[in-house]
Amino acid sequence: MQVKTKSRLKFLISTVLIVLFAYILSSGLIVGDYKISSIGEITKLGLDLKGGVYIEEEIKGDNVSKETIERTKQLIELRVNALGVNESVVTVTQQNRIRIEIPGVYDAENALKQIGKTGKLTFRGPNNDVVITGEDIKDATVGVNQQTNQPVVQLKLNEAGTKKFAEATQKYVGQVISIYMDEERVSAPVVKSVITTGEAIIEGSKDIEEAKRLAGIIKSGALPVELVPATVKTIGPSLGADAIPTSKKAAIIGIALVMLFMAIYYRIPGIIADLALTVYIMLTMLIFTTVLKGTLTLPGIAGLLLSIGMAVDANVLIFERIKEELKLGKSLRTAVDAGFSRALPSILDSNITTIIAGLVLMWLGSGQVKGFALTLVTGVICSMFTAITVTKFLLKNFVNSNWIDNKKMYGA
Amino acid sequence: MLKVIERTKIWFSISLSIIIVGMLMWTFKGLNLGIDFKGGTVVTIKMDKEPDNSALEEIRKISAKYDSSAQVQKVGTDEVTIRGNAISDEQIPKLYKEIKDKFNLKEEKPRYTDRIGPSIGKELRRNAIYSSLVAVALMLIYISLRFEFKFGVAAVIALVHDVLITIAVYVFLQIPVNSSFVAAILTVLGYSINDTIVVFDRIRENSKKGIFNNRKELVNGSVTQTLTRSINTVLTTLFTITALYIFGVSSIKEFALPLIVGILSGTYSSIFIASPIWYVWTEKKMA
Repeated sequence: MQVKTKSRLKFLISTVLIVLFAYILSSGLIVGDYKISSIGEITKLGLDLKGGVYIEEEIKGDNVSKETIERTKQLIELRVNALGVNESVVTVTQQNRIRIEIPGVYDAENALKQIGKTGKLTFRGPNNDVVITGEDIKDATVGVNQQTNQPVVQLKLNEAGTKKFAEATQKYVGQVISIYMDEERVSAPVVKSVITTGEAIIEGSKDIEEAKRLAGIIKSGALPVELVPATVKTIGPSLGADAIPTSKKAAIIGIALVMLFMAIYYRIPGIIADLALTVYIMLTMLIFTTVLKGTLTLPGIAGLLLSIGMAVDANVLIFERIKEELKLGKSLRTAVDAGFSRALPSILDSNITTIIAGLVLMWLGSGQVKGFALTLVTGVICSMFTAITVTKFLLKNFVNSNWIDNKKMYGA
Repeated sequence: MLKVIERTKIWFSISLSIIIVGMLMWTFKGLNLGIDFKGGTVVTIKMDKEPDNSALEEIRKISAKYDSSAQVQKVGTDEVTIRGNAISDEQIPKLYKEIKDKFNLKEEKPRYTDRIGPSIGKELRRNAIYSSLVAVALMLIYISLRFEFKFGVAAVIALVHDVLITIAVYVFLQIPVNSSFVAAILTVLGYSINDTIVVFDRIRENSKKGIFNNRKELVNGSVTQTLTRSINTVLTTLFTITALYIFGVSSIKEFALPLIVGILSGTYSSIFIASPIWYVWTEKKMA
């Protein structure tokens, strides 16, 4: 095959592929039973876009051990889950604070109460007399009653608990022993028989989720440390609802302007840069959502858009060089080759210094700033990559295709 | 060819006067430290219609019951923020309910609430200064290795220039300084250094080729050759960030505006500050 035909094929196939991928990524695809989710569907949204409660609890006291902090974190997780929301995130920060994100809940006061309660567990007899406490319980797990196929909570008591519970169940057989978390009654099972083995089963949970929650509460016990809420934010449902469409609009208009500008100013190389920019956007979004498993936040959107504007910089550097070479009277092919090799040191040096700043932020910055730096660094690396590979490949093949030889269309 | 070096005094005077005015205002008026730095409570409320002065006064009265030092401010068209030092987590829902009942608001919950303890602010401030210094030091080392030390220093002076101009925007417009401020400053750092390096790279390349008669022409020529690139890149960057400023929600707007100015300043300083500084410094040594 001739070089010309080969180049034409390469260019056309790549262009069609880029447009096809862009379409699939932006709107998803359903082929028979297979479904490819769009990028919007797989991107995790931050609390500031979804709405919810954000709490940072400070652990009081010095020299709190790692294990105690980890235990506190687990207990808080149980308590937050008891609020009945999925997708809550509880993490320990560098400064030994516990960060709690609860999407879809807007009542901070209630969440704080739930997290900060003392957590004293008691089993009480019909006369409100305390039978056993959380300290008497060794374990609480979820199982299934073989006969009824209903979910149950299996209790294991320690020695002291076994003794006390045996006495109590003897006394109250046929009556109710209620389980209290602080002053809240969480379950009220009837004693069916005297339990002397220290192993009991609580029936009556509606489903496995409810049984899990009950087991969690019984196991959770008291917090080993004192917590003080240092930061409390609530992001109302309307804020995220406004932030997403307005950012989308800004993104579409901003990107369209960048693409139009490139096409009008640089003509053919500009249109090729637009294709490369499309690859760039897809690449950054995919890396961000799948490799980095990033969560898109409001400052993250700003960082991403900023990086799109800056992403064409490498292309601009290359095209300006090509223009200069063309003005010197060089042939199209030589000028394109020289343009890429001349621009490379500038592209590398300028981007590496930016990456240095970004890495420092990722390393030293706090929460939100870290996320912003991560998108920026990913963006800079991807933009260098697409300019050096995608633009080069497309432009060279286009020049070799001999479709348009007029140097004016390349900026001369 | 641009006559950049010949007018060095003009460029330096323009920048210095903006910076001096900014710094004077910084001293007397101060930065509007947001609660991320200062600690305190912010409650943002979405009103059903644009609040007039009497409505704001009404909200002020209600807020004063909870915190006598509370400040009430209109944001955008239909949002109101209440800032205070002593509004507790328990008081926020009560405060909102009172305002909601007064104005018959549709929204059940405040649009946004934020309470931050004072210790976090201190940490954030230290963290911000510390991370910027480390970033600048590392960039200086990199430029010194790849170019020469004097290029590095000139680039860092241009950076300080851009950061001061960006801070001046926060002072002039009294934009609340929150954790996004750190991100804004560092973006400007990244952009500005990027822009300066491209110009310096051209000076280095031309100097090796020896195509210019003297150093003045070398700098002027290199700046001229990279000018179109500088302008086109700043334009495309401004396209996206300005779109965010125009269409974004209020917290994004607060972030986008200083960025726009900082990025413009970054372009300006790479042409009119960094290159002349390098020229003046190296020229003196040679004479």
